[in-house]
Amino acid sequence: MHVLPYLVAAYVFLTGCYGLATSRNLIHTVGCLAVCQSSTYVLLLAVGYRDGATAPVFSDLAPGSRPVVDPIVQALTLTDIVVGATVTALLLALVLQIAKRHGTLDPDELRELRG
Amino acid sequence: MSQRLRLWLLAVGGAGVAALLVAACLDLPAFGGRRHPYGERAVAASLARHTANTIASLNFDQRAYDTLGEISILFAAVLGCLVLLREARDEHRAQPQPAEVALPVRRYALIALPVALLTGLYVIAHGQLSPGGGFQGGVVAATALHLLYLGADYRALERVRPLGVFDVCDALAVSAYAVLGLAGLLAGTAFLANTLLPYGTFNTLSSGGTVPLLNAAVGMEVASAVVLLLAGFLDQAVEIEEERGS
Repeated sequence: MHVLPYLVAAYVFLTGCYGLATSRNLIHTVGCLAVCQSSTYVLLLAVGYRDGATAPVFSDLAPGSRPVVDPIVQALTLTDIVVGATVTALLLALVLQIAKRHGTLDPDELRELRG
Repeated sequence: MSQRLRLWLLAVGGAGVAALLVAACLDLPAFGGRRHPYGERAVAASLARHTANTIASLNFDQRAYDTLGEISILFAAVLGCLVLLREARDEHRAQPQPAEVALPVRRYALIALPVALLTGLYVIAHGQLSPGGGFQGGVVAATALHLLYLGADYRALERVRPLGVFDVCDALAVSAYAVLGLAGLLAGTAFLANTLLPYGTFNTLSSGGTVPLLNAAVGMEVASAVVLLLAGFLDQAVEIEEERGS
């Protein structure tokens, strides 16, 4: 199956979307967003994979002796992870304040604005 | 919108997106294929500039400008978190009580702390040579400090973690990154172009031109950012309490 890893990424993304739409708890919602984001890691790393290749690090590998996987998508994944972690932290801080001010974590109960 | 209607809307939209994604997947280059034109060029550029770890070369040399944006996002997110998690007007700080820690936990935490801290610094320092770098090592080093919270108590952690210092370190590290970029401009090359310093001997600590310096700046920034973030959340959990009767 040469498309299976890509399909896994699509599946993980859609699962996260389903969780986001049906979530009844804001912490769970933030978790679902993290799931959506991890689908991009799977997709990026799958795009960069090469059969029989190793990591693109040449400290103990003579250049040219073995094929290496695509380093660009790996660098992009690293960027993605860092941004994802910080956004998750920011969202959790927001959720904390919502819980304090409104006394609930259910997004359906957060209908009216309150000062 | 009722729950039922929402689910229907989700099913229709989700089916559409799923169909498009599957169609796109079937048209992508085959998994594990040999053709990676950009990857091969990136590896060649990295080797030409004596950087053993191609990922570090990409992050701190070929895509250094993007990394500036990335650490700015990190900086802004930490700033936002600290503003959101500050002590509000109707709250006060309680003195956390020291708690009993099981002896094996205490021993393990105190033994693992220096090892973890050293590992973090090692991973930062060898970012341009072996897997790792400023982002990963910064997180390891920052979490190492928090073993003190597990092994002793919150007040011990607060003593080794002066937040003011980490605030300043965070800002300094981001500016150091920008200043290293500007140094290129002053020397007559381009912003963040890695042509300022000699590339050194391949596979040694000082190889890679400005890569180790930018890597160290990012390591410092990530470590301070993680410490500050965890401090914000831990303060909320341990110290900050709502005023009673308000």
